[in-house]
Amino acid sequence: MILARVVGTVVATRKDPRLEGKKLLVVKPVSPEGKEESGYLVAVDTVGAGAKELVILVSGSSARMAEGCKDKPVDTAIVGIVDNVHVSPPK
Amino acid sequence: MQLGRVIGRVWATVKDQGLEGQRLLFVEPVTPDLRSAGKPIICADCTGAGAGEIVYWCRGRESSFAFLPAEVPTDATIVAILDELHAGGESHRC
Repeated sequence: MILARVVGTVVATRKDPRLEGKKLLVVKPVSPEGKEESGYLVAVDTVGAGAKELVILVSGSSARMAEGCKDKPVDTAIVGIVDNVHVSPPK
Repeated sequence: MQLGRVIGRVWATVKDQGLEGQRLLFVEPVTPDLRSAGKPIICADCTGAGAGEIVYWCRGRESSFAFLPAEVPTDATIVAILDELHAGGESHRC
């Protein structure tokens, strides 16, 4: 799993019927220190995340184990909204 | 599976039901001589690992098998805490 920040939403009318009713968000990966990293991802939101929130992303076939994603064409899902991150300084 | 060092922790109150009760730790991949080897990743933990410990972790769908029969939506899980590491003629007690 990785950290990411919600930066936008996606609207799609024509899509796989199994994705109907799913909220799709554009997210940008961030480092543990909170610095934005390169690239963007489209993720299915299963927890009700909102704009600019820091979230936990699960990718690959494990994303289908998120709530409501069973047997759906999904490879990135938001599975948590981050309250707090603590990282020890490097030794 | 890969070697890693636990460097931090993430807290989330709002989360997928399957992650309820799981500790989420930041793990930095390391080489066999315990040098940093890539971007940190958030791992679920089935071992009770703590900050600074050297562990090995697996990724992908298989990482959720550590919690069977529970269905935990994780793509990276700490599956062991190292006691000792012998590689390249060097030994480390972890």
